[in-house]
Amino acid sequence: MSTRDEVEAFLFRQAELLDGKSWQGFIDLFTPDGVYWMPASPEQTTWDGVPSIFAEDRNLMTVRMKRLTHPHAWSQAPMWGTSHLVGNVVVESDEGDEIVARSRFHMMEFRRDASRHFAGSYRHHLRRTPEGLRLKLQRVDMVNGQGPYEYVLQAWV
Amino acid sequence: MLDVARLVEPDRVHRSVYTDPAIFDREIAEIFEKNWTYVGHDSQIRNPGDYWAVQVGRQPMILVRHQDGTPRVLYNRCPHRGNMLVGNLRGNTGKVFSCSYHMWQFHTDGKLESLPIPRGYEGTRLAPESGACDIKRAARVASYRGFIFCSLSPEGPGLEEWLGPAKVAFDDMCDRAPEGEVEIVANCFRVIQQSNWKIFLENQLDAQHPSVTHESTGRAALEVQRELERERGSYPLDYHFLSAFATTSIPKWDQFQTINYPNGHCILTGYMGLRPRDPDTLAYEAAMTRAYGEKRMEEILGVNNHHVLIYPGLSVQPPLQQLRAVRPLAVDKTLTEIWHFRLKGAPEAIYRRALGYYNLVNSPSTLVNADDLENFWKCHQGLSSDGGEWVSFHRHAGNDDEADGIVTSRFGTSEAPMRNQFRAWKDMMGAGR
Repeated sequence: MSTRDEVEAFLFRQAELLDGKSWQGFIDLFTPDGVYWMPASPEQTTWDGVPSIFAEDRNLMTVRMKRLTHPHAWSQAPMWGTSHLVGNVVVESDEGDEIVARSRFHMMEFRRDASRHFAGSYRHHLRRTPEGLRLKLQRVDMVNGQGPYEYVLQAWV
Repeated sequence: MLDVARLVEPDRVHRSVYTDPAIFDREIAEIFEKNWTYVGHDSQIRNPGDYWAVQVGRQPMILVRHQDGTPRVLYNRCPHRGNMLVGNLRGNTGKVFSCSYHMWQFHTDGKLESLPIPRGYEGTRLAPESGACDIKRAARVASYRGFIFCSLSPEGPGLEEWLGPAKVAFDDMCDRAPEGEVEIVANCFRVIQQSNWKIFLENQLDAQHPSVTHESTGRAALEVQRELERERGSYPLDYHFLSAFATTSIPKWDQFQTINYPNGHCILTGYMGLRPRDPDTLAYEAAMTRAYGEKRMEEILGVNNHHVLIYPGLSVQPPLQQLRAVRPLAVDKTLTEIWHFRLKGAPEAIYRRALGYYNLVNSPSTLVNADDLENFWKCHQGLSSDGGEWVSFHRHAGNDDEADGIVTSRFGTSEAPMRNQFRAWKDMMGAGR
């Protein structure tokens, strides 16, 4: 299997976990020190110490998951779902156990009779582990990330 | 003429104040386009020509640093044919604003700089040198400790008089900086609420809701926090911002206080206890003591406000350096612009607390406001129905203490802030006149 195939399989699996609301499965794709990051602006180069839309380690991801699945998470009552498409996959580097890959995504969300669209680029910093590829850092830049949000983002994109 | 006086009683209001578009139009004209509106912070426009576009009521305005160093607020409209002068949210315009339609140019105080072909107005009713070709300016601009406001009405109290005791919002925030001032972090999160603007303002000082609305987040954070404590012996303060919703029971909220000032401004006193004894806090306190002396340091850090609401458009959290500006877009649609600040001279670790709160609570991926916004939408939908005519603000009505126009609630969950806001609303809407 080529690195590209390997990375694509990972990306497709991740998208499937999000669309299936398999939150724990999504979190488990990260290394113990892994970070999910959506910068507040495209010029940012590190998640550390700057405003971010998301900057979550596994512990904060667990808070988000526990909130989403709590019976009194009121905003979870209305039916909602997402569909992610991931493509344009490019392996930027593949050295030792470390892989960096970029891709584009398009996500459509449906919540209480309304649709929203989010699209942009992913950058996955992956590590080869005995369990398979794991994420050290996922950077998510949405082209419409800096616009006003009609409602909020409840889960990772 | 709308009879707004009949819609507001001391302990209840008619639902139409939230849902009637004609009332909304009047609010824009009488409240938002007459009172002082926060338009930005000094540190947002450092250099001459720096500007931010900002909405005041329904007016698109430009906050700009003039060549002489003073902040100016101009209508974003060319006096010629009405083109907007800037189309971006922010930028630097240099020495002049140039209209992209016919290249009329203006100084950054609004004065006409030049017309591309000056000849052509001889014998017409337009005299370019008369001021008729200047950009219209906000009637009044004033700032308090770096926070810039404008009013589109030439009349009314000055900024400080209008703020009254609510100016503690800015004193409390700036005093917490060893250098006595704050610096804005130039990032604005914008989140739209599908509800009337007043629903948000009421929620800001509503001590009955957090344990209910935010139960899921409080519980989730508390579980992870306890896990971290077991594993490592400590947890980041960020968790406390969230778990406080679970550890503060409904009866405990009654122990806090709301203080309600003239013009609708109000304070909810603090509940989070943000003075842990960790090395970062101690280093910060040492820096504060060097700057102010120990007695004054204790005074400053002893101020205990959670939210200060500056009616009708600003919610400030001084101890965490957060600010939310409210821009009503329609009767059922409200934009919030969300900012945070850095305390000048404070250690980086203290900034990280403000940042943690900003990212977790106030960003578009908020773990907290998701459930508020869900409630706001439901509230607005319910109020649009014929299922009832009145909204109740009876809780502890008649049990508040009032002196010199300031109402202090004896119980944190008193609906005094809502009653106080509507007292100001009624007055501003002309019902008292």
